Amino acid sequence: MIEILIHGRGGQGGVKASLALASAASKAGKYVQSFPEFGVERRGAPIKAFTRISDDPIVVRSKIYNPDHVVVLDPTLLHSIDVTEGLKEGGWIIINTEKSPDSFTEFAKRFKVATVNATKIAVDNNLGSKAAPIVNTAILGAIIRVLNVASKEDLEKGIKEFVPVKAEANIKAAYEAYDQVKLGKEA
Amino acid sequence: MKKVILGDHAVSYGALLSRVQTIAAYPITPQTLIVERLSEMTANGELKAIFTKVESEHSAMASTIGSSASGARAFTATSAQGLALMHEMLHWAAGARLPIVMANVNRAMAPGWTIWTDQNDSLSARDVGWMQIYCQDNQEVLDSIILGYKVSEQVNLPTMVILDAFVLSHTAEGVDVPDIEDVDKFLPPYKPEIKMDINDPRSFGALTSPDVYMEFRYKMQQAMDKAKEVIVEEGKKFGDMFGRKYGLVEEYKTEDADTILIASATVASTAKAVIDEMREAGLKVGLLRIRVFRPFPTEEVIRVLNGRKKVVVIDRNISFGKTGIFFDEVKGAFYNSEGNKPPMFGYIAGLGGRDVTPKVIKEIMEDAIKKDKPESEILWKGVKL
Repeated sequence: MIEILIHGRGGQGGVKASLALASAASKAGKYVQSFPEFGVERRGAPIKAFTRISDDPIVVRSKIYNPDHVVVLDPTLLHSIDVTEGLKEGGWIIINTEKSPDSFTEFAKRFKVATVNATKIAVDNNLGSKAAPIVNTAILGAIIRVLNVASKEDLEKGIKEFVPVKAEANIKAAYEAYDQVKLGKEA
Repeated sequence: MKKVILGDHAVSYGALLSRVQTIAAYPITPQTLIVERLSEMTANGELKAIFTKVESEHSAMASTIGSSASGARAFTATSAQGLALMHEMLHWAAGARLPIVMANVNRAMAPGWTIWTDQNDSLSARDVGWMQIYCQDNQEVLDSIILGYKVSEQVNLPTMVILDAFVLSHTAEGVDVPDIEDVDKFLPPYKPEIKMDINDPRSFGALTSPDVYMEFRYKMQQAMDKAKEVIVEEGKKFGDMFGRKYGLVEEYKTEDADTILIASATVASTAKAVIDEMREAGLKVGLLRIRVFRPFPTEEVIRVLNGRKKVVVIDRNISFGKTGIFFDEVKGAFYNSEGNKPPMFGYIAGLGGRDVTPKVIKEIMEDAIKKDKPESEILWKGVKL
């Protein structure tokens, strides 16, 4: 079973990203779970979204405290929370940032870092506004490339299901991120 | 077709596939996405039903009673304080012997204000005459709505299908959504023997004097007893048609177990991972999940527990001044039974949505295994003092 934790801010689409990812993985016959941090979401405040993907039925129904991988939708979160809390050693940290993976030397000591400029991809594809781009679909392209948890075709279906508005632009953003994501060295 | 859907929407699909004809709901918190999706389904014509937006949960149940009494397959959904506000009408629905199905999202009661899960809302409605089904996953949620109508319409008692707030209601997972034509073969249209009909006027719920009232209550209890058989029969038929069988309880690795854990809802699901882990470490442990709480599966509980060394009950609820409610009911079921009565440990955990993780469950099991008998009737797990 793979457990993925998405860190984002309310309004960035982290919960939808988790849903689309789960849906994409389920198309290939995987068992999946997707859920938000239980509670009330506030725009701009840090949020978490959880995804489990497994070859076997998933019986555990508690939150994810020790994710295999984490995703960071908003680089400003790196200064306000510890995104590596509970992260298993050797896990991927996939960050939306203009920086390259080499810039995260501290993370690279125990984890693997991948980066993608999802904000630029979102803005280029007119997803959200310049001030508040919606980066969730772009990051999905990076996630499936780095973690290899779903095919591009299945991701397309997952996005259409959970992000039906501007589906084509969202799929294009995901594909661009798939091609552009930079993978750091193995930890 | 397999779809990745929230527990709330599993309820909505269950109602759609059951071809419910009326939905009355109060749309404000603690209401959930269940009725939001049903309002969309009725608005776009996918579901041919009358959706009535009412001004309170009390009215929601009153309206549902009215439509059910006039012969419609009636549905509603609620949660927490909403269920509490319905309470008077819950008695009325059961006493009028109406086969209503309602989903209740299990939420803790305020104050302090809360939207997180525990079972005190539905267990406060323990004695109203409704059947209560506690679900462990979204598939069971969808299936239990369909099964609810199938059983309720045979025994003339309403069914409450219960799902944990957030842990199921706002969690998406893969659910097999059956074809409605197949569901039609399992669940035929509702044809009541007696209904409100202006061409055949009758009196409903009229003044009932002491010389007949008790007989009505006796018949309700008989219906509950019969429901135990019907739930098992229909759960089996459902399994034959859809590949998923349901009963009053679910046993998991109980066969040679010395220690049996009793749990319900999603805690029971998570507990399976703990049972697996402890089994791998060589411990003979098993799980008895109580799926149907009303009617209470007394015979099954006695059969499974008889002769074991220890019984551990986890309650995500409390009857103030007594103990956890499942613990109390399991003990009560045992009192007049023959044979060995194993020591029972009653833990309370996860109130108000506190996460019941595999670690929490494992610690509970280890605590019970190392003790000869419980030091008190309530064993609080994780309370910060």
